[in-house]
Amino acid sequence: MNNILVAKEVTKKFGEHTALDRVSLEIPRNSIYGLLGPNGAGKTTLIRIVNQITYPDQGEVFFDGEALQPHHIAQIGYLPEERGLYKSMKVGEQALYLAQLKGLGKSEAKKRLKYWFDRLEIGDWWNKKIQELSKGMAQKIQFIVTVLHEPKLLIFDEPFSGFDPINANIIKDEILQLKEQGTSIIFSTHRMESVEELCEYIALINRSEKVLDGKLSDIKKAYKNNVFDVGVVTSDAESILRELTERFHIRSSKYDAGENQLDFTLQLPDNDSSGVLAYLSTKARVNHFVETIPSTSEIFIRTVQSKSVHE
Amino acid sequence: MNKLGLIIKREYLAKVRNKSFVVMTFLSPILMVGMVVLIAYLTKINDNEQRVIGILNNSDYFSNEFVITENTSYIQFRDIPLEAAKDSAAQMGFYGLLYIPDEASLEKVCERAFLYTKEAPSTAVTEKIEAVFQQRLRQQRLLDLGLSASDFEALDTDFDIKTATFQGETNVKGIAEIKAFIGGGFGYLIMMFIIIYGGFVMRSVIEEKTSRIIEVIISSVKPFQLMLGKILGTSLAGITQFAIWLVSASLLLLVVFAFFDIDPSALGAGSRIQTEMGGDMVSPVPNVDQTMLLYAQELVDIPWGMLIFFFLVYFLLGYLIYSSIYAAIGAAVDNETDTQQFIFPVILPLMLAIYVGFFSVFSNPHGPIAVGFSLFPLTSPIVMLMRLPGGIGEGGVPVWELVVSILLLLGTFIGIVWLAAKIYRVGILMYGKKPTYKELYRWLKY
Repeated sequence: MNNILVAKEVTKKFGEHTALDRVSLEIPRNSIYGLLGPNGAGKTTLIRIVNQITYPDQGEVFFDGEALQPHHIAQIGYLPEERGLYKSMKVGEQALYLAQLKGLGKSEAKKRLKYWFDRLEIGDWWNKKIQELSKGMAQKIQFIVTVLHEPKLLIFDEPFSGFDPINANIIKDEILQLKEQGTSIIFSTHRMESVEELCEYIALINRSEKVLDGKLSDIKKAYKNNVFDVGVVTSDAESILRELTERFHIRSSKYDAGENQLDFTLQLPDNDSSGVLAYLSTKARVNHFVETIPSTSEIFIRTVQSKSVHE
Repeated sequence: MNKLGLIIKREYLAKVRNKSFVVMTFLSPILMVGMVVLIAYLTKINDNEQRVIGILNNSDYFSNEFVITENTSYIQFRDIPLEAAKDSAAQMGFYGLLYIPDEASLEKVCERAFLYTKEAPSTAVTEKIEAVFQQRLRQQRLLDLGLSASDFEALDTDFDIKTATFQGETNVKGIAEIKAFIGGGFGYLIMMFIIIYGGFVMRSVIEEKTSRIIEVIISSVKPFQLMLGKILGTSLAGITQFAIWLVSASLLLLVVFAFFDIDPSALGAGSRIQTEMGGDMVSPVPNVDQTMLLYAQELVDIPWGMLIFFFLVYFLLGYLIYSSIYAAIGAAVDNETDTQQFIFPVILPLMLAIYVGFFSVFSNPHGPIAVGFSLFPLTSPIVMLMRLPGGIGEGGVPVWELVVSILLLLGTFIGIVWLAAKIYRVGILMYGKKPTYKELYRWLKY
């Protein structure tokens, strides 16, 4: 069993509105999985189904090989998009309460809280009230509460909204650390570029439907179109461009005569770039020769557009 | 500790530790006592005003009928004209001047008599003077009918009818009202508790929504558990508050007893004496003490155990029904100002129960309206409790009515909590708009 979470043909309707339409997903164990899509696509509904806050009308969800059951809640950590804490309750007391609700014993919860408070250097907040803390500070507490019961699966809905860059980095590092220790992680976000570098797998969700999923590197491979960014130093830019234009398609070019720097974007017919590279190195000094990989949002837009064309 | 227990504990502590709760708990008995004392004091000051009323009596029909009382005294003017009497009464700062002219008949005298005052006279004063005239007129007419003064004395008696049930239990006049009043007290208590603590439940749900902690919590527990824990925790806090009030009220009462030198155990002893002499109740006109003891006896005879048991039953079910509605309202809205349109229909049956209770149960505890409202589940917790001090079975509430009322209440309880939980479950995750009734109905089907 290599998947921590499997969704099969999950459908959820709210009255006339279909929030999820036969969505199937496989989330591999010990991976970082990106659940991507615009606002209102159905990501949060799917996550709520996994957390058993709502239930699917049709379809099934399997956690760790078993059909989803109430006791699985203790093995899932969930940081919702709409998150907050009791304003007038003390930090420590509150963290203890939420940890106990996840099924931790009181003394064990205290021990782990102390560890995390020290680790994130917020030990002296224990007796403060949430209303005395800034939003970023409160988010740290929320993060601790989410991971405290050492769940097998962590779900973060819009994880980095509300964090300043420094705290966002601290939390990012902690999440990577948890992944090292064997936790599976789901990021759900509409800001695709924010998690692109972290995710190994992604699923794109648009208008209640899954449009694409799989290993990110495979997807990128499938979506790249043999376009290369090239930069060379040469005094004879004109002849190079002329010669290349005869054989290939050059999308754009820019020549800086002072620096002898020629930059251009090259469309090749296939992925074999060795011929061009060999030719260029005889003519000029190659600065860079990089295949342009489409960003996740580009892939998303292209997939959605091609889908709507087909329809 | 299980999750429900944790939630109850948190809700309880959050409520009890709240500053306004602490202040309310300890301040409101003081406020209540203060209010009573203040009202008593103000009434006393009001009554303490000393009034002097001058009387210019030119008639033979009146001599010394005007008796000086605690705060009104009378001074007779003699042989001076009315204008002079008015002037001197005004100069001496009298409250007023009563002019009784000399006429051929008492009727004429009464017709022409006049009260002049500094300002518009209080009804207390005019009533007193009118009573004297009425008394005098009555006396005169009886004399005209040929009755002697001593006959007249004999006429003036008080009479209280003594009543008993067919089984021979003696009743005391007005005891039915007193009983209904006690029941009404219980009913009123339930209504207040529902409105106050239902409001607390609602506000605490809204707080969880606005602070956005709700989704964090319901990823760990079922929404129904959270709702139930909230209702139970809040009501435990309320019961704590009531218990503190009860204890402090009893202490206060003991202090009052000590102050007025009343032996509380004597009250219990008195009722025992009464039981012993229950046989020779035929004794002529009971004196005041005996009447008091009779009342005490009746009050002791109220089936308190039964009453308190059913109070708890109706209180529990009624409170759970209403507070789950309050929880659903809290879940449906984003802030307290949006709750008004939903709260009114909730309070309506409560108010109706209280008013129907006080009007129809008092006049006829077993009339159709009283019976109907004590069966209808949204009003029965209040109205049935008003009827119960009369006992169960013969002469009281028929057993079938009680059974039907509780069964209906139980059924409603299950139905309402189920509906409220559905609305709650959907509502807590909805932000940003004020729902309509139509939308609430749609949520039931999600």
